[in-house]
Amino acid sequence: MSFYEIVQQYQDFPFEDFFAGISAEEVHQVVAKDTLQPLDFLTLLSPEAANHLELIAEKANRLTVQYFGRTIQLFAPLYISNYCSNQCIYCGFNTSNSIKRRKLNLEEIDLEARAIAETGIQHLLMLTGEAKAVTPMEYLLEAVACLKKHFASVSIEIFPMDTDEYRQMQQAGVDGLTLFQETYNEELYKQVHLRGKKRDYRYRLDGPERGAKAGMRMVNIGALLGLGEKRSEFFFTGLHADYLDRRYIDTEISISLPRFNPADCEFQPDYPVDDRTFVQFLLALRLFQPRFGVTVSTRENARMRDNLIQLGATRFSAGVCTSVGGYSMEEDRDPPQFEITDDRSVVQVAEAISAHGYQTIYKDWDRGI
Amino acid sequence: MSDTALTLGEKTFTNRLFTGTGKFAANSQIPQMLAASGSEMITVALRRIDLTSETENILNFIPNTVTLLPNTSGARTAEQAVRVARIAREAGCGNFIKIEVITDSKYLMPDNYETLKATEILAEEGFVVLPYVLPDLPLAKRLESAGAAAIMPLGAPIGTNRGLETKPLLAMLIENCSVPVIVDAGIGLPSQAAAAMEMGADAVLVNTAIATARDPEVMGQAFDLAVRAGRAAYLAESAETSLTARASSPLTGFLD
Repeated sequence: MSFYEIVQQYQDFPFEDFFAGISAEEVHQVVAKDTLQPLDFLTLLSPEAANHLELIAEKANRLTVQYFGRTIQLFAPLYISNYCSNQCIYCGFNTSNSIKRRKLNLEEIDLEARAIAETGIQHLLMLTGEAKAVTPMEYLLEAVACLKKHFASVSIEIFPMDTDEYRQMQQAGVDGLTLFQETYNEELYKQVHLRGKKRDYRYRLDGPERGAKAGMRMVNIGALLGLGEKRSEFFFTGLHADYLDRRYIDTEISISLPRFNPADCEFQPDYPVDDRTFVQFLLALRLFQPRFGVTVSTRENARMRDNLIQLGATRFSAGVCTSVGGYSMEEDRDPPQFEITDDRSVVQVAEAISAHGYQTIYKDWDRGI
Repeated sequence: MSDTALTLGEKTFTNRLFTGTGKFAANSQIPQMLAASGSEMITVALRRIDLTSETENILNFIPNTVTLLPNTSGARTAEQAVRVARIAREAGCGNFIKIEVITDSKYLMPDNYETLKATEILAEEGFVVLPYVLPDLPLAKRLESAGAAAIMPLGAPIGTNRGLETKPLLAMLIENCSVPVIVDAGIGLPSQAAAAMEMGADAVLVNTAIATARDPEVMGQAFDLAVRAGRAAYLAESAETSLTARASSPLTGFLD
């Protein structure tokens, strides 16, 4: 069964009724279980479970330490192009936004890579908008080849590709794939993606699976929290990760929880996710699947990120700039894709990790091997 | 009580607790843990080693009296494991290698087939090869023939702290292998380490249980004590067993 069919099975699922029926006892029972089924996970996402966060947090902390140790791995994103033909109503790179478009040439990519590598970062995430004509396969492959010279491991967060294209990327040295579904609600998906290739819900939904099939070591997924009804969106994110994990045992699955920060964003989400709910989701995921990595970006502020160290986060971005050319070309900075709220340097983030009794991992895999 | 030292390759070990470098809250805990546990060999994932960085290079935290056991963690094929081993030797990490080939990121089960292939190649190249495997006797015998210096069967999946779930299979290896058997992975408590040693394991390797304890230094010490106790019990019991065997002969004495 494809993941699309699994999502469809839940089409008429009465989420509201399910949540209304959850008691404190049921939450306690789920927390006591060794292995959680999907509906157990959903129980932990219920409003009732939010009343038992400390109980859930204690177990989540224990499980995370057991599986990952007291460690946080660092990476940095590098935007090499902001050309985009999609019209996603929430995104700064939206084709209808009249921002200055820019694509880095290989020399510039090299400069940016050097600037990032100097901070100690060894895992890099390469990003583009979706504009295949501007950033064709040859360009992407050359960019990866250039980045490999500076980093132990390179991952991509670009437009979805078919399996063969992913395989080409993998063979060129890409270890990981990040692809966010944004929303698992097919109808809403059409409403927020007005134009461009991204309108194809199913093609994007199956993207992470194509990446796993193509041999990516790591696949990172997520829903853009705030777009759709939050509890069901995160439920589907967990199910999606579980689906991939069961079928592609040689791929490490991780999840991001990107959410709108209303203070810094023009787009006003219908379902804003507050800190408490964000933490609840992260904890629920940890109990559902203790092995999944959890990536927390600089969309989250320093205080939030520092507190998430002990609550199940396993990977942080650090020293981040989301503008094209922003690491090495200070004087001419383009508008960012999204505003970052944790603007600490890599050293400062590492110090904060250490102050919480955790070790910063700069290098966890070496593609050179 | 007199005990013979454990020999692997050209090195001898009097302490039978081997440790690991993963999951510590800070690398600075490693030398403290080593001192407290008395461990004479520590495994380190080559993929984590950053030879270019002074503060991040984990090797700088390991005293040179302790034998390095680089491991091939992250390798998914025999070919990758072989490459990792060669890089480790060239990087000055010695000629010990723990082969870890894992294709399953869910349970982290070792791939016995790929591990055997890597063992064959690396033993031939002069490495002291310690393959991490599921406890499977026919495989263990093949690893022996291929030149493995020891067999490292798991007690339970890595990091699960579930103890000796594979106990009957471990017993078969301990009874029938001519190379040392070192129980690796799954040991979550000193009592479980003691149990492995009582069974006759030649050594144990413990990482998660020590590294993730609130106080890794004290936990390292606790494991040292447990391993010593288990080893002493094993040696004591073997003496007793031979006494019992002699005492039983009168039952058939009338046949003489």
